[in-house]
Amino acid sequence: MLHIIACIKQVPDTKIIKMNPKTNTMDRASAPAILNPYDAHAVEEAVRIKKKYGGIVSVLTMGPPPAVKAIKKCIEIGADEGYMISDRRFAGADTLATSYALTKALDKIQKSRPVDLILCGKMTIDGDTGQVGPGIARRLDIPPLTSVKKVESVHQEEGHIIVHRKIEDGHEVIQSTLPCLLSVEKEINEVPYSSFPNMIKAARYDPVIWSVDDLEDVDIKQLGLKGSPTIVAKVWAPPKPEGGKMLEGSPHDQVDQILSVILEKKELFQAKGGS
Amino acid sequence: MSERFDCIVVGAGPAGIACAYELAKGGAKVVLIERGEYPGSKNVMGGVLYRQMMEDVIPGFYQEAPLERPIVEQRFMMMDKESAVTFGYKGMEWGKEPYNNFTVLRAKFDQWFASKAVEQGALLINETVVTECIVEEGRVVGVRTDRPDGEVYADVVVLADGVNSLLAKSLGFHKEYRPDEVALATMEILKLDKKVIEDRFNLEPNQGCTIELFGDATKGILGTGFLYTNKDSLSIGVGTLLSGLIKHKIRPYELLEYVKDHPMIRPYLQGSEQQEYLAHLIPEGGYKSMGKVVGDGVIVVGDAAQLVNAIHREGSNLAMTSGRIAAETILLAMQAGDFSEALLDRYRVKLMNSFVGQDMKKYKDSTHHFDKFPQYFDQYIPMMNRAASQMFTVDGKSKWEKQKKIWKDIGSPREKIKIARDAYRAWRVMK
Repeated sequence: MLHIIACIKQVPDTKIIKMNPKTNTMDRASAPAILNPYDAHAVEEAVRIKKKYGGIVSVLTMGPPPAVKAIKKCIEIGADEGYMISDRRFAGADTLATSYALTKALDKIQKSRPVDLILCGKMTIDGDTGQVGPGIARRLDIPPLTSVKKVESVHQEEGHIIVHRKIEDGHEVIQSTLPCLLSVEKEINEVPYSSFPNMIKAARYDPVIWSVDDLEDVDIKQLGLKGSPTIVAKVWAPPKPEGGKMLEGSPHDQVDQILSVILEKKELFQAKGGS
Repeated sequence: MSERFDCIVVGAGPAGIACAYELAKGGAKVVLIERGEYPGSKNVMGGVLYRQMMEDVIPGFYQEAPLERPIVEQRFMMMDKESAVTFGYKGMEWGKEPYNNFTVLRAKFDQWFASKAVEQGALLINETVVTECIVEEGRVVGVRTDRPDGEVYADVVVLADGVNSLLAKSLGFHKEYRPDEVALATMEILKLDKKVIEDRFNLEPNQGCTIELFGDATKGILGTGFLYTNKDSLSIGVGTLLSGLIKHKIRPYELLEYVKDHPMIRPYLQGSEQQEYLAHLIPEGGYKSMGKVVGDGVIVVGDAAQLVNAIHREGSNLAMTSGRIAAETILLAMQAGDFSEALLDRYRVKLMNSFVGQDMKKYKDSTHHFDKFPQYFDQYIPMMNRAASQMFTVDGKSKWEKQKKIWKDIGSPREKIKIARDAYRAWRVMK
């Protein structure tokens, strides 16, 4: 029986979030909190692996109490169990402190049920770093496989997995030992509309919630803001793109104008490999 | 086969939530299915929540529910193009417990109300559309949703799926509504500083005001406009019968823009910022448009049963009361182990004996009457404005002279008889 864990995060929906024009930070109250879309794909992939090879899918998150909603969403997708670490002492964590805290929670989960495979989304849409996954792998000393776009096969008996990784000009097929950590691309799967029984299960589900004190061998100094060496020196909004130039005149004139622009900026068109 | 429930409630609005709340509280195993992302995400009303009927479900709810402002003043504006005759009532007794009514934002309030039903043990399933009732041998035995493995079974299904209930229609309970049986309301929520609202509407903090707009607010088309104060926003909207919009070839948002720009209204809105735009149908056919509300294994509540008192802009309170009475009936049916139409019909009887049924009957002809005789809105209200203008303009003419002129301006003796007849008719349909 495989034990697959997906690490997930509840994030503000950055598609509709408003920015505070004074501080350039996100106004979190302006957007609903959702399951990080990349993580939904990680959970879905875990569920697919479970369906194919048998096993159990757990999800793990760190967040404030309302993040239970994100775990419920994972149960809707088909996860079996949910764990959450929630404590004020975790607050303000950067990717270093987050991966530390999650690793401590994983240690605790592993005590009752060893983990064969960890899945993460490629990155969160509010942080965009993609560092927490590899951070966890480093701390657990297991191979991190990033940019995974396909899981070819899982061989629990032989203790390895074969995946496709996205690279600049194509993809590579990699075999890795188990346990390992995959961070997955959006294209790995499509998250289907959840079944009604799963919706019922999620509505009833209460995840396991741990505070710092429930975890073992925790170095408090490595948690939260204290354990986060990242310094945000400055936040600024990217300059708005300037409006393009409108070509006017008869179709003939416009074609002449566009041709002269193209000839003028030749090098722009050549850079892409054209001639 | 999938899990069985005692009851399935379709739609998490005031009627559905009240019903699920009471059922769960009574120990029934109930699932509440909502198509929106969360309860309230698709629900719209101008924004007045009545205290009494809400307290019949949750006593003392105002201590914790997300409400905007208790209403201490209700104004009514009879509008012409550049004038208005206004009357209203303001009373401090409405500003303290037990309160009369409140303004609310449905997206917040419904979410809270549903969470109370969940606390009682109701199972809330969001983002799920019920596509049809499962009918076996003439009995409704469950519903089919748009999700995989989406059938759910129960002893009773409560249809609280709102105006134009497709489920009740597919059971043959009511026909497709005519355009003169439904109103289309459009509204905007405009962000405005708390302090500015209180200054502009002459309010203390935690006091609210509602203004109902008649006449030129809807360009004389049968309907009303409204302007309500929330905590730090205003709700403004207009609603007219669909038939009126069709007849006058006017688009609903044009009407909303018109009223927002009206010289009687514009100053209230100055400096506000559009936050949300909403639109919704309101069942305004009244008693005569009500279809069947009970069948074997099924009960219809709220807007789905056409329970709206258009004259008094009441709906959510009728909805909650119907939901509560439906729940009481279902708990009774569970004890008896009988879910037949004969037993569930007690819901209809009780509903019609309550203020809901009584008010529906009282105003059964009102909307139809005003729809048939448009002069109330497009002639008499301007007339009222002209009279007020003449009477209150001080220009050296004696008041007797003014009265005489006003009387003359109303029209020929035949006109006056017609107005008297219309006044009598209006009294007849409203009494």
